[in-house]
Amino acid sequence: MKLTKFGYLLTIGLTLGLGAVGCKHHPQGVTVLPGSRPGAVGEAGAGNPLGNGPGADANANPSGTGTPMGDPAEWANATRDEKKFEADTVHFDYDSSAVKSSEKSKVEDVASFLKGTPGTGVEIEGHCDERGTDQYNYSLGERRALALREELIAMGVDGSRVLTKSYGRSRPVDTGHSEAAHARNRRGVFILLTK
Amino acid sequence: MSGIFRKYNRCGAWSIAAFAAGSLAFLVSCVPGEAQIEINRQVIPGSTPPIWVSMSGFTGLAAQVIEFDLYVQGFGFTNAENAQYLISGSNTGDLQGRAVDRVNKSPLVSKVYTGATPRRQAHAFTDDFVQALGQKGIAQTKIAFNVGGANSEIYVADFDGANPQAVTMDKTLVAAPCWAPGRLALFYSSYKLGNPAIFFHDLSTGTRKTIAWYGGSNLSPAVSPDGKRVAMILSKDGWTDLYVGDAGGGNVKRLTKSREDESSPCWSPDGQWICFAAKINERRAICKIAATGGSPQRIPTPGFSNPTEPDWSPDGKWIAFTSQGGGFQICVVPSQGGQVTGLVAGEDPSWSRNSRTLVFFRRSTGHLSLLDVPTKQVKDVARVSSGENSQPSWAR
Repeated sequence: MKLTKFGYLLTIGLTLGLGAVGCKHHPQGVTVLPGSRPGAVGEAGAGNPLGNGPGADANANPSGTGTPMGDPAEWANATRDEKKFEADTVHFDYDSSAVKSSEKSKVEDVASFLKGTPGTGVEIEGHCDERGTDQYNYSLGERRALALREELIAMGVDGSRVLTKSYGRSRPVDTGHSEAAHARNRRGVFILLTK
Repeated sequence: MSGIFRKYNRCGAWSIAAFAAGSLAFLVSCVPGEAQIEINRQVIPGSTPPIWVSMSGFTGLAAQVIEFDLYVQGFGFTNAENAQYLISGSNTGDLQGRAVDRVNKSPLVSKVYTGATPRRQAHAFTDDFVQALGQKGIAQTKIAFNVGGANSEIYVADFDGANPQAVTMDKTLVAAPCWAPGRLALFYSSYKLGNPAIFFHDLSTGTRKTIAWYGGSNLSPAVSPDGKRVAMILSKDGWTDLYVGDAGGGNVKRLTKSREDESSPCWSPDGQWICFAAKINERRAICKIAATGGSPQRIPTPGFSNPTEPDWSPDGKWIAFTSQGGGFQICVVPSQGGQVTGLVAGEDPSWSRNSRTLVFFRRSTGHLSLLDVPTKQVKDVARVSSGENSQPSWAR
């Protein structure tokens, strides 16, 4: 898999961020970014941003622990439009929640609209292909939605306007078992919310 | 695995009613004409011979039920001369059941069962037999599981799948039911409110309480053995992480802070540890963490990749989990770490109270099956036809 610069940095950032879990493994094959310390990066409370340092890509999430969600009740009565961002459905690689640079323009579409349209928000649905256990897939689907949420936040959308939910493998768009079907199913879907 | 071997000059066996809670020692019957008795005090998952019984006198449904119940608890059926235990009786009216230790010539059960249904009478009899051997009976226990696909509902049934009942009518997606220990009550996620929220559902009253409805996805509730706390996978702080709170949903504490996904929490029977699936250096791993917080420790699963969906046996000794290689495989590993045993194709295991039988999901058939871990004996659970039957939880 050819990694773009961002993809490389994101992979480094994700790998270094695993130090925060505390399992006794050191990242292997990781190149230390200038200005960041592996193992110290991402520790709870340290406040060091993951993968950031001089020269790090500005799209990396500056928060050390994730951006908290707003109250879901706030959007409970919003109208939902599934068509508005249909063309912006983002696809993911197998077992990955990394947002590929080839998909970034779709996220930018959504971000521009939201920034220009007060009173709107977006719900991101994370989906998986069928290859994975149910509980793992619910978590992976949520991670995909969260990755897209982080992108939107980095592009200037307030976190309270971005909701996520995971469907795991339960709502495929393609019930086939081919690689093509799997690829279609690994997706993040944006649903416009209007208060 | 160590064993203890003794020789006797006579073909007189002595039975060990050593099924103390947590112990899986059992006796291999003495074969007439030989003078050896093996007494294995340790279980070898998947490679343990069955306990031999013979059955006579029962017909129809009672015979089926008794055979099913005993098979999934590690018993095998043979003729009387080669059996350790003789099971006999009749079911022309109320079920009359007898069980005798043939070798030791001691009676174990002699009862008439009245009331309820013929099916229930047969289950009560097999429970009495198993309990006379000192083991916990499972024949009158319940399972909860998910039925459906794009939409689903939670069902509760007898452990063998009989008498299924839907307990939700949310007409949306539900997931991951988990029994509250010792109670007729479930925790599960439902999408009724839009995003998945965790509910507590008292099945005896039908009332439901929202336990966790934060932004994001509120998933995979796992109740502590004392019923007082619930572990959950929440994304309310922006990442999918492991949290633990009171069973009523208050005092939620974050236990992990990781961009990588955590999933499938389960508790050690002493309530001290939460075991869960995580990723370390982009490889899936089973970890455990102190329930009060601390650093996660990896539980290695040597030779078996992509472990997920752990469940800790009630006797504390084993962690069952799903390994994903080419397909999915049910595996067990000693909870203190050690050698992994791959057992059968399947995923999402849930232990019964006897720490030997588990219920699991078969992707190939789309429904549930039961596995006796020591003998690897398998039976299918009766299926609810309206979709996949998955994500089982066995009431303890």
